[in-house]
Amino acid sequence: MKQLIVFIRKEFLQVFRDRKTLLMLFGLPIAQIVLFGFALSTEIKDSKIVVVDYAKDEVSTQIISEIAGSKYFDLQQSLQSTTQLQAAFKKGLIKMAVVFPANFSKDLMHTGKATIQVIADASDPNTATTITNYITNIINTYNAQLAGIAGQPLQITPEVQMLYNPELKGAPNFVPGVMALVLMLVCTMMTSVAIVKEKELGTMEILLVSPFKPIYIIISKLVPNLIISIVNLFIILILSSVFLDLQVKGSLLLLVFATTLFIITSLSVGLWLSIGSKTQQAAMTNSLMGMMLPTMLLTGFLFPIENMPWLLQVLANLVPSRWFFIIVKRVMLEGLGFASVWKELLILFAMCTFLLTISLRSFKIRLQ
Amino acid sequence: MKTLYFLLEKEFRQMLRNKGVLRALFIAPTIQLILMPMAADYSVKNIHISVVDNDHSTYSQKLINKIGSSGYFTLTGYTPSYKQALTMVEQDKADLALHIPAGFERNLVRENTQKLYIAINAISGMKASLGGAYLSSIVQDFNNDIRIDWENGAQDDTPKIGVASYYWYNPFMNYKLYMVPGILVTLVTALAAMQSAFNIVAEKESGTIEQINVTPIQKHIFIIGKLIPYLVLATIIFTIGLILGRVLYGIVPVGNIGVLYVSLIVYLFAMLGLGLLISTYSNTQMQAMSLSFFFINIFNMLSGVFTSIDSMPQWAQYIVETFPPSHFIKIMRMVVLKGSGLGDITYHLGAMFVIGLVFNTWAILNYSKRA
Repeated sequence: MKQLIVFIRKEFLQVFRDRKTLLMLFGLPIAQIVLFGFALSTEIKDSKIVVVDYAKDEVSTQIISEIAGSKYFDLQQSLQSTTQLQAAFKKGLIKMAVVFPANFSKDLMHTGKATIQVIADASDPNTATTITNYITNIINTYNAQLAGIAGQPLQITPEVQMLYNPELKGAPNFVPGVMALVLMLVCTMMTSVAIVKEKELGTMEILLVSPFKPIYIIISKLVPNLIISIVNLFIILILSSVFLDLQVKGSLLLLVFATTLFIITSLSVGLWLSIGSKTQQAAMTNSLMGMMLPTMLLTGFLFPIENMPWLLQVLANLVPSRWFFIIVKRVMLEGLGFASVWKELLILFAMCTFLLTISLRSFKIRLQ
Repeated sequence: MKTLYFLLEKEFRQMLRNKGVLRALFIAPTIQLILMPMAADYSVKNIHISVVDNDHSTYSQKLINKIGSSGYFTLTGYTPSYKQALTMVEQDKADLALHIPAGFERNLVRENTQKLYIAINAISGMKASLGGAYLSSIVQDFNNDIRIDWENGAQDDTPKIGVASYYWYNPFMNYKLYMVPGILVTLVTALAAMQSAFNIVAEKESGTIEQINVTPIQKHIFIIGKLIPYLVLATIIFTIGLILGRVLYGIVPVGNIGVLYVSLIVYLFAMLGLGLLISTYSNTQMQAMSLSFFFINIFNMLSGVFTSIDSMPQWAQYIVETFPPSHFIKIMRMVVLKGSGLGDITYHLGAMFVIGLVFNTWAILNYSKRA
């Protein structure tokens, strides 16, 4: 036991001596939580659009000023003719064009019908449908004004209530997501590299021939990363409560417990990756190239997992951060208790046990 | 020139000898390019809705049927009270809850107006706003239907403006056309910025850089010799990506392929410069890894692959402007989907070149041929 403590101390000293890495270990989660919390948003607004107004009459001017007043659009200098549209789209200057035909209000008044052309750059389908919907809504409101609201019989008004995140901010979704992503990748990388480094430098052999138990080597490698990550958790929680106005609504104890479990799981993933790698470069390539994008996409904070094909849903179930993301959302944002996250906790626990067991079993205690 | 040739031969041999890394470098991007575009699908469907019908009238039944048959929603619950429906939202069994109050039909007919209550779990903003919009438009449709029934087909002579919408460049709204080019860029980014940094630092860590430093090899030759192999590797992976995109997802670039490769070279010039810069600031591979992870993660999240840059606050947009990947992603999407030519992308190309020049100059100034 005393041996172990001495070794853990040695590992800590090594970690603290490497100021640059240490700076990254703490700086990375902080910078990213703040940056992503403020900057990222899935809401589509301020889309650059352009108007081609062949009509230049009262109605078209009114509608254009309605569009200009909307927070969803950033109206650019009007174009004279639709022939200029292609070029503007190709330069990526605009996302959509609204075309008013000549005789617009004349048609409207005489025949009771007029049509506006809306041309969207559908290379990004999501933005295209959303902004087309926005325009349609503006036109519908205008139509209702034309008809006079009182004249409409049988009016149903939906009263919509946004739960948990009334202003539709990006942070409540991204903070738990980035927390899961960063903790997972940092823990995995640091562990796998730390162990492979000893192999690459040949110091692992010295450790293995010493009377020190191999399990202690592993424990002493994991403990500093565990503690650093828990400190990081608290920094993240404080930052998001101070800057992003996201307080922990549920039990802090439960959140810390879940995070610790998740960190240990990620450390075990790193341990497991280290077994197959001989050089630090290989370990890093495996953990960065191999895990970064899948973790990012399959955690579920960017794209809803239930929309994915079944194969990816199965794969997503194997990603620990996916379960952790659910736990953080429920405990931190929705303020739910143990009863609603025990399943996810159990899954993390099972993953953790499984990974630790297989990596400890395949950890080579002999020299080649 | 001859020195460079020998250096390159050495680098390529080392790279090819390291089978494990090489395999990971090819296999990881390939698998990810096959699988990940399927995950990156924003088209929202299967929104789980839990309905509380306290009215049990013809109208409420009609409305519920209309929601169920719209294709966007899956009815997951049919609860007797609003409170229970909210519990389902809490447990993530439902994304939104719709409450049709008692007396819905009667009040509608008698008083001409009636409210419906919708509660949405808004933590995932995108799903919330889209789900809410879909539901509102279904309610609106339903409203029109019953109105027409009510008026018994009486002519509606109020003037009405219609909207005819056209979707250019991607009329079938195929999300993969948009995502595959973006994902390809993130894979090339990770490769270029990271691997080049590791490689130089590995020489530092193992001490072999000292041997190179005492030889008459000039420092720019040494650096070029280090970077060219990664330029080649990244170009190969980029090509594999284009082929995979064509074979698997049927993505044929509308624009000129040559334009894509010119942009790729400028982009790699910038990203390898960043890798070089990272390597001059790191003494161990661990440091190089932490630094490059920091940048790559920020690039991936902020460069507009997954979220729109336009909806970020202005200060963030200025920051993103200095990221080479955000320009290259735009170029890729413009050329592949819209067929933009060199003239259309000059700004982005120029921006990447300037950023690359800054990175490389900074790195060379900071790199000293000393141990």
